[in-house]
Amino acid sequence: MTNNDWTPDQPLVSIRDVYKSFGDLEVLKGVSLDIMKGEVICIIGPSGSGKSTLIRCVNALNTIDSGSIKVEGLEVHDPGLDKLELRKRVGMVFQQYNLFPHKTALENIMMAPLKVLKQPQAEVEERAHKLIKRVNLGGKESSYPGELSGGQQQRVAIARSLAMNPDVMLFDEVTAALDPETVNEVLLAIKDLAQDGMTCILVTHEMGFAREVADHIYFTDRGVIVEHGPPATFFTKAKDPRTQEFLSQIL
Amino acid sequence: MKTARKAFRRYHGDTDLAVLKPFKFSPAGSVQDLLFSRWLSGFSPRSLLVVGLLFCLWPGFAMAQGNYSFTQALDALWRWLPFIVTKGFALNLLVSFFTMLVGTIAGVLLGLGQISPLRPLARTSWFITQLFRNSPWLVLLFIVMLALPFEIQIGDTIYPIPDWLKAVFGLSLPIMANISEIVRGAIISVPTGQWEASESLAYSRNQTLWLVILPQCFKRMIPPWMNWYAILTMATPLISLLGVEDIVTLSRQAMEAEDNHPELLVPFFGFTLIIFFAYCYPIARYTIKLEKRFVVNQ
Repeated sequence: MTNNDWTPDQPLVSIRDVYKSFGDLEVLKGVSLDIMKGEVICIIGPSGSGKSTLIRCVNALNTIDSGSIKVEGLEVHDPGLDKLELRKRVGMVFQQYNLFPHKTALENIMMAPLKVLKQPQAEVEERAHKLIKRVNLGGKESSYPGELSGGQQQRVAIARSLAMNPDVMLFDEVTAALDPETVNEVLLAIKDLAQDGMTCILVTHEMGFAREVADHIYFTDRGVIVEHGPPATFFTKAKDPRTQEFLSQIL
Repeated sequence: MKTARKAFRRYHGDTDLAVLKPFKFSPAGSVQDLLFSRWLSGFSPRSLLVVGLLFCLWPGFAMAQGNYSFTQALDALWRWLPFIVTKGFALNLLVSFFTMLVGTIAGVLLGLGQISPLRPLARTSWFITQLFRNSPWLVLLFIVMLALPFEIQIGDTIYPIPDWLKAVFGLSLPIMANISEIVRGAIISVPTGQWEASESLAYSRNQTLWLVILPQCFKRMIPPWMNWYAILTMATPLISLLGVEDIVTLSRQAMEAEDNHPELLVPFFGFTLIIFFAYCYPIARYTIKLEKRFVVNQ
């Protein structure tokens, strides 16, 4: 439960032999992977292969049946875990943005640091203004989510998550609900983040993007990691027939 | 990617903006279609005038043959009118205000109880809600009237409990149960993504509820809440059956004082009907206006 023995040379996120089923449906069947600090990994695979479930398990939005997930040494599925400690470290961005519709963009970003972390107003406000500029939304501070496009909302959601100063960011198909013309602005924001050294786990269908930003790519199918490797070899020298078939359909 | 967007549409409707949706109980239809106030506000002001005129003329023909004329009956009504309105109808309104106040406070608590993660609390709240939602109002009123003492002693002083106050408690029970369902319905109609986003931002359950979920529920609860107020106001004459001196009781007393001519019935109860209508119709119109405004704002 404690993370005293964790050092930065160990994996930031360590997933070991994770099993998870919803009723009779086995979604994860023994998944293991490690992410080092500053690493960007992409998880790809056909729908229903357990990608989203896997990253939702990393910040305990879903429970696991067996195995272990550690974030900076914190055992995520320890019943005695202080969820606050975990969620301060792990940020998450969702497919459907999930901004709070009754709050402005700036309030969306400031709310959690103010109310949850109880940080001082002035400091949070300054950080929020910086973040909103960082995702290229200067001038939209007082807009409500309903007044922003999908891409803009998603960038606010990224800034909102960053406001908590997480050590790792989870992106769950963040461009899947967007209009094609706004996909790029969101990908740019993520790329900027990745180049800045943020540890990122992305579930995505944007193969070009995965190839460009990822340090490592994992291909999942029917609850297992079929194949993984750095993008250069993964996209050109995939060995497993399932990977080859998937890539041939999508590329 | 296309299927994901389709699924998103199905879930969120035809817009991709994360906006507040009108409050719905079931995917089959909007609950507003069933609202009493919506039905009531459906009448145009002009159609009401026509109905009102017919209503006033008809008893004139029907009752013309008695020796006590319709005009005399109207005279009697005119004489008693200030008494009936200021003593009777005012009491109906008083009861409706207090009932709504008590019912809303209790209903909100009960509704929050229903969505509590503590199972015993949730089950109990659910049971209380169902019990009072599905009981006849009159029976509840009788039980409360007979079960509550007519006076309470605190220290050396004895405080009498007026009948109308007991009536307030009796009527509060079904209102509480229905408000409880409104609150529960509004909370579960907020997309689960809001809970998940809050959870991932380290909000506790209570913080999520009070900072994120309930502020979004408030608007969508107002129209059904006002609908229940209109229904309640219309149900307040029930308390006349228990001897509370409301508009119906006082009208009957007035008619008795006028020697119980049958010709008095239509003017007196007709007036009661009109005054309730005159009170509730603007509320219904206003509810619709509010609904429209919220839809535009969203």
